[in-house]
Amino acid sequence: MDHLSKLENQSVYILREAFNKFENLAMLWSIGKDSTVLLWLARKAFLGHVPFPLVHVDTTYKIPSMIEYRDRLVKEWNLKLIVGKNTEVLKSGITYPNGKASRVECCGTLKKDGLKQVLDQHHFTGVIVGVRRDEEPTRAKERYFSPRDKNMEWNVEDQPPELWDQFKTDFEKGTHIRIHPLLHWTELNIWEYIERESIPVIPLYFANGKGERYRSLGCAPCTLPIKSNARTVPEIIEELRHTKTSERSGRAQDKESEDAFEKLRRDGYM
Amino acid sequence: MSSNGSLNTPGEQLKIVIVGHVDHGKSTFVGRLFYDTGSLPDGKLEQLQAIAQRRGVPFEWANLMDSLQSERDQNITIDTAQIWFQTQRRQYVIIDAPGHKEFLKNMVTGAANAEAALLLIDANEGVQENSRRHGYLLNLLGIRQIAVLVNKMDLENYNESRFNQIESEYRAWLRTIGVEPKVFIPIAARHGDNIAARSANMPWWRGPTVLETLDEFVVTDRPTDQPLRFPIQDVYRFDERRILAGRVEAGSIKVGDKLAFSPTNKTSTVKTIERWSAAASETASAGESIGITLTEQIFVARGAVAALEATPPFELSSFKARLFWLGKEPFTKGKTYKLKLATQEVECAIQSIEKVIDASTLETVSRKEHEIFVGRHEVAELVLHTKKPIAFDVHAEIAPTGRFVIVDGFDVAGGGIIAADNYPRRTHLAATKSDNIYLNRGKVTVGQRELRNGHLGCVIWLTGLSGSGKSTIATELERELFNLGRQVYVLDGDNVRHGLCNDLGFSHKDRIENIRRIGEVAKLFADAGFVCITAFISPYRADRDLARKLLPSDRFFEVFVNAPLEICEQRDPKGLYAKVRAKEIKEFTGITAPYELPVHSEIELRTDQLTVADCVTRILDHLQVQDEATLISI
Repeated sequence: MDHLSKLENQSVYILREAFNKFENLAMLWSIGKDSTVLLWLARKAFLGHVPFPLVHVDTTYKIPSMIEYRDRLVKEWNLKLIVGKNTEVLKSGITYPNGKASRVECCGTLKKDGLKQVLDQHHFTGVIVGVRRDEEPTRAKERYFSPRDKNMEWNVEDQPPELWDQFKTDFEKGTHIRIHPLLHWTELNIWEYIERESIPVIPLYFANGKGERYRSLGCAPCTLPIKSNARTVPEIIEELRHTKTSERSGRAQDKESEDAFEKLRRDGYM
Repeated sequence: MSSNGSLNTPGEQLKIVIVGHVDHGKSTFVGRLFYDTGSLPDGKLEQLQAIAQRRGVPFEWANLMDSLQSERDQNITIDTAQIWFQTQRRQYVIIDAPGHKEFLKNMVTGAANAEAALLLIDANEGVQENSRRHGYLLNLLGIRQIAVLVNKMDLENYNESRFNQIESEYRAWLRTIGVEPKVFIPIAARHGDNIAARSANMPWWRGPTVLETLDEFVVTDRPTDQPLRFPIQDVYRFDERRILAGRVEAGSIKVGDKLAFSPTNKTSTVKTIERWSAAASETASAGESIGITLTEQIFVARGAVAALEATPPFELSSFKARLFWLGKEPFTKGKTYKLKLATQEVECAIQSIEKVIDASTLETVSRKEHEIFVGRHEVAELVLHTKKPIAFDVHAEIAPTGRFVIVDGFDVAGGGIIAADNYPRRTHLAATKSDNIYLNRGKVTVGQRELRNGHLGCVIWLTGLSGSGKSTIATELERELFNLGRQVYVLDGDNVRHGLCNDLGFSHKDRIENIRRIGEVAKLFADAGFVCITAFISPYRADRDLARKLLPSDRFFEVFVNAPLEICEQRDPKGLYAKVRAKEIKEFTGITAPYELPVHSEIELRTDQLTVADCVTRILDHLQVQDEATLISI
């Protein structure tokens, strides 16, 4: 079996386990390449259907074309979408860059707390998230089925063992499980799979006339394009085979302090 | 961290785990390996060097891996981390597993997901507790490709005889547990000796470098020549089709295969193999996550294992196993646990322990006679007993259905592999234990009965015209529920009219009394913990509602068995319609007496459109019958 098929079959298995084990299940969809591949894999797993809602945590700072792309796929693929917003904080205006919040504080309220509000409101006990181990070091330590306690905190020192595709599916009331079906994929695998399956991705990933493209997508104030001339999926694949810069190099919030991202993740960030 | 360069075998990926005793240099080795293969992102080395300088500590290669704050502080790898690098040959996923005994569950997590292992031993300290324990566990986890790296040779002045001494000692020990490493390599990770390039410090070494050894390991696919094992993961009904979803764990499956399902012993034939947005194919082999449909509708739920009739798995409620325990609380005889094997989940307990082993010394742990348990980080050979039979294989023959995990409370706390034994091939139900305790009436609660039965008692009330199919459905449903391990009994005219109600005739009044008694008896059965199926015309709404009111609302299910009168009359299984038309019977529901249509039945079955199997399946689906002893549901 070729490597993409191996990755795909493993992810499908995990998605099906999640769907069987969690009654209140949702999938986070950031509109980026990873969670869109994840959405595609869900359609593989459930034979063209997506039997749970998608949650998009909208910070209102997203690049506008992301929202257009999102709404188009919702229609074309017949998806159920829940949009979460931390309206209270947005109203208060304590955000980055105009409202005196640091980048990390802004991520904390708009994304992390925004997510918590959606989870609480809909009583989701399982949340499927498209993080990958190769993205950055704290994600490298994740499990496929990763418990979060009542305050969404991640106890990285005491994670459940995970072997032979037997996952943590029993948990205390009030806690929830993050399910990570893409954990074992690399950035390169994602693009190879997009190429193989012809998955539509948002054009922001492709180089514009100015020799720039987005490698990782987030909020407009904190996401910078990288220098690149890759205009097609095969050109991106070729570029990634030779790059030596990290994927989140365009994401400014990671750089506020040495362990900024680590702290965010412990507190419940994706 | 991203990969770079172009590969000889693009896409091929080998997962390796790095294990060994704490402080024997695993993280340092991985950091250096990254550097030597040019796998570090730009600026990463400089960034870590700057951090080390700012903190006033010497730069360590290990910091590349130990990216979490707490790990940097304690200087030990706490969790299994995965990173990617590549050689000219292919891409590698490196799983760095902690060497501290405390974190054995993380080591097991890492190793269980690997195809090959590098085991590090400190040349200075020699073979230590966890060198041996990890060797033992790698073997138990089924990893056969192993290389041993004798690290920190610089601290031993690159001395050849020290290397030979460690090799012969550790090789001899590994041989006693049946492990034969591919090679032992002397290295000094800190300086890169014998990692990517041959060391000038050890001219005596004629063997391969670490990279050469890695490239000689092979990527293994799941074997497709074994007997088929297709455990059902879920059943989907997104449209009118019923799709059995699962992953082929061993062998291969094709359209037209006649499948036998364990543990229910039902058979059916593969009609289609279902995939989405993929090339259509009539076969699927080990490793593929697919769906199938069957030609004959049978009720199959998660946990069933499909095999070809000639090569079934074992189907028993006890087996021998080798088990490792990671739980905070010991694995104790007398307590019940949940066992998960492929997609099966079943309650289990220790039947007997043959011996408990200290994996670092191979010595049998001595215990007092009444202390029957496996402690944390211990390994045992034992016999497990499951509450109901499960389908399994011997691990050495078919690994994916020959291994299991044990859940204690909310946590996976142990794992094991099933050992060979003289298992009978046919289902053999161990004689029911005579530990039933009979208490005086009233001292056994409904809850206690439910706990023992593993399901709720309830009434499934079938109503409909004579000839609509009530009895046929009732008997099929009874058999299905019985096979699923439910306490179940059918009340119908045959077993009621001749005894309990033999004083009653067919007058309006007698028919009401007949249904009243049946309602009461059904309630008693439900109280006793049974699923009671009734199959009576029960034409009057008020009578049915009376029966319903005897039970809580979630314990009574009315099923309207609906077929047009003409169809029922055509069927006329008992020749009654003929007698009515011949005026031999005066009062007959649907012709000369009314049938009051149900208004709030839970299920309606159009038996002129559905097969018997479809009808049974719909009832089971509605009741959400789960084939799991651990779930209390009906």
